[in-house]
Amino acid sequence: MSVPLEHDYIGLSEASPSMEGSERSSGGLNLKATELRLGLPGSGSPERENGVVAEDRAGYPLGMLKSLLVVSGAKRGFSDAIDGGSGKWVFSGSGGSEAELGKGGNLFSPRGVNGSGKGGLGGGSECANQNPGLGVPVLKDGVVPQSPKPLQEKKSQLSAPAAKAQVVGWPPIRSFRKNSMASHPPKNDDDSEGKFGSGCLYVKVSMDGAPYLRKVDLKNYGSYRELSSALEKMFSCFTIGQCGSHGVPSRDGLSESRLMDLLHGSEYVLTYEDKDGDWMLVGDVPWEMFTYSCKRMRIMKSSEAIGLAPRAMEKFKSRN
Amino acid sequence: MQRMACSFPDEVLEHVFSFVQCDNDRNAISTVCKSWYKIERWSRRRVFVGNCYAISPDMVIRRFPDVRSIELKGKPHFADFNLVPDGWGGYVAPWISAMAAAYPWLEEIRLKRMVITDENLELISKSFKNFKVLVLSSCEGFSTDGLAAIAANCRSYLHCRNLRELDLRESEVEDLSGHWLKHFPDDYTSLVSLNIACLGCEVSFSALERLVGRCPNLRTLRLNRAVPLDKLANLLRRAPQLVELGTGAYSSELRPDVFSNLSGAFSGCKELKSLSGFWDVVPGYLPAVYPICCRLTTLNLSYATIQSPDLIKLVGQCQNLQRLWVLDYIEDAGLDAVAASCKDLRELRVFPSDPYGPEPNVPLTEQGLVSISEGCSKLQSVLYFCRQMSNAALMTIARNRPNMTRFRLCIIEPGTPDYLTLQPLDVGFGAIVEHCKDLQRLSLSGLLTDLVFEYIGTYAKKLEMLSVAFAGESDLGLHHVLSGCEKLRKLEIRDCPFGDKALLANAAKLETMRSLWMSSCSVTFGACKLLGQKMPRLNVEVIDERGTPDSRPESCPIDKLYIYRTVAGSRFDMPGFVWTIDEDSAMRLS
Repeated sequence: MSVPLEHDYIGLSEASPSMEGSERSSGGLNLKATELRLGLPGSGSPERENGVVAEDRAGYPLGMLKSLLVVSGAKRGFSDAIDGGSGKWVFSGSGGSEAELGKGGNLFSPRGVNGSGKGGLGGGSECANQNPGLGVPVLKDGVVPQSPKPLQEKKSQLSAPAAKAQVVGWPPIRSFRKNSMASHPPKNDDDSEGKFGSGCLYVKVSMDGAPYLRKVDLKNYGSYRELSSALEKMFSCFTIGQCGSHGVPSRDGLSESRLMDLLHGSEYVLTYEDKDGDWMLVGDVPWEMFTYSCKRMRIMKSSEAIGLAPRAMEKFKSRN
Repeated sequence: MQRMACSFPDEVLEHVFSFVQCDNDRNAISTVCKSWYKIERWSRRRVFVGNCYAISPDMVIRRFPDVRSIELKGKPHFADFNLVPDGWGGYVAPWISAMAAAYPWLEEIRLKRMVITDENLELISKSFKNFKVLVLSSCEGFSTDGLAAIAANCRSYLHCRNLRELDLRESEVEDLSGHWLKHFPDDYTSLVSLNIACLGCEVSFSALERLVGRCPNLRTLRLNRAVPLDKLANLLRRAPQLVELGTGAYSSELRPDVFSNLSGAFSGCKELKSLSGFWDVVPGYLPAVYPICCRLTTLNLSYATIQSPDLIKLVGQCQNLQRLWVLDYIEDAGLDAVAASCKDLRELRVFPSDPYGPEPNVPLTEQGLVSISEGCSKLQSVLYFCRQMSNAALMTIARNRPNMTRFRLCIIEPGTPDYLTLQPLDVGFGAIVEHCKDLQRLSLSGLLTDLVFEYIGTYAKKLEMLSVAFAGESDLGLHHVLSGCEKLRKLEIRDCPFGDKALLANAAKLETMRSLWMSSCSVTFGACKLLGQKMPRLNVEVIDERGTPDSRPESCPIDKLYIYRTVAGSRFDMPGFVWTIDEDSAMRLS
């Protein structure tokens, strides 16, 4: 699986020399390599310009990257802060088994962090030499954002395009509120778009044999194809999570590829319940009509889905 | 001293202890000596478990054998915003089973963000003969069938009381039918509080009317949207003693007879102090509530899509208002009016009417909040969604209101700087934490560097809960918070460039907190494994739907991390996308 692109915003270590400054002491962590910087958009990567987002982040908007930037100014290195402190912060927790903490504490003290070149910590620093915090290079063509642009330019880039992909869970508004406003958009709206209608539309998806159901936001998808590939990812998690290198059998005996086959093939079908309470096959009506009328979905065995298709078409025809 | 303590019979001590209700004080009492510990544990009636996985039901029951009221919280707060995948956990079932056996006299169950099924509800209705209070806040997993079981089983015994409170606050209920309400027996008259505002379906209205009419102690009634306005007057006339009312849909054809009927009904409610609901408001009907406005202390108009002039007319009459929830349709001008009329205001929440639109749709800016901070001297709690903010405004607010205890600001576009200076909002939030010395809860937004966290770590000594999104530059930010905020209990972070260093360096701090949530940050699986191995009293849960973290390099960032302290060890109900590490340093799958 590919690493989601949205981690891009954390930035890459090969930032411009002007930001490095000379304040880094070499006595602490290898800060040059591990210091996380925010890469600035507009300085290279075509990926950023296109606004490509990773699917499983449900539309993390790269438009947001435009507003994340490094503010210049003297920054104290992380190790400076620690070394300069009393050192007591390692045991800032109360009481407990001091001895145990003392033992483990070495790993967490700055020297420990610096010294352990192996294990998770060292691995982190090492990784940072290529890309801080990432295991694989994020930009396909290896282009790296360079020097920061002045703030003024940032402002012009802040004007977002009209149709913006949404971040999951942002702004932080509860589902109940979102759903309440979405079903009855504000009346005195100049904009014909029906603004809260561009909110989200969570529907439950159950799968025969899966231990619990999932929720998807239909607003995240523009077509049946996008929806279906998202569902494949979501439900293959049930099956491959337990399989894999440990050889633990999965809950319902499916493997990932077999699940894809099943979804594409004939053993399972994707169905949905519409506003009238009828169960229909997904895919028979235009996408917009589907998102409007879908109340919930179910991945059911084909044997149970007999007779659904004709009803869907009839309904569609009778509505039009 | 020892002799004096022994000279009091246990009953006397127990009686003395009964005056101490606060959990922290009771905990302190139990540490004085063995005898006090024993007496205290037998007499503890109310238990609060802030994280249902921090302790097991059996441990609670063993320590406190005679509990009458329990409150449990399950999922992390960010579950409210769909950041916690379904199936993560928070199942109340094991608690209900254990308590059904151990606490036959249990009276109150309060749950927040937990999964409760119809079977669980049925078990509750059958197991606790003196059951009085059920509050399900942001819960899910049940349907109206479960409610029917609760309603049906609150029988009237000779000496026992029945259900008093059924509150479904913002829970997600599967609406199978509205007939569940009919299951309340005809001789059931003890209802004090009913909140069904979250239900989608129509409840049987005649059953509701009869229920309301025969319960003379009914104080709180929060209806759902499906209850039409023209039925409201009749309900009010049957319950003029109501203190808290949530209307249904507040819309109807404008008809003078309906209006005067409604207005008369409201006037008859002399005790009414709290109003909510107001879905689909037709402004013409708002004057029906004018007669009672002067008594209102709480007004929730956060679903009312009415414009500023109507809002101003309404709120301008509520001189005794303490709590106001409203949409940003109120505009800066409306907030100016609130600042002028509502001098007793303690809490303000302004919600966005169009959070996903690219441009502001109403003239609501930082100015509204500044006005409120100037005019309302008792203002303590703020939740404010807006699109622009300045350091100057934040500094003004901070200086005006050093008594602020809860400050949550959500600037809708992530990373928005001070719109006047284009600088980060570090110094503005810094002023908030510096001046508001009793600040308990803080939510940050806008463009923020590590500097804001330095301020927070330095000044926010009473801070208990901090929410951070799209902020900071390096691990130093996280380190400032973890090392500086002495009272920190809950920390939730999303989309910040915080990695392993600060987390590992402050591992001990995590045991002093209830929980830490980090999603879309830069924490590696290697660090999580290390934490899990070294800190046996923490559960380190890696939530990652991309498949096993072992399939990626150890330095690859994980998706979501939830760390909480626990004395119960790893939990047994983890789904396939949650990975945890135990002390054997073997990766354990669910």
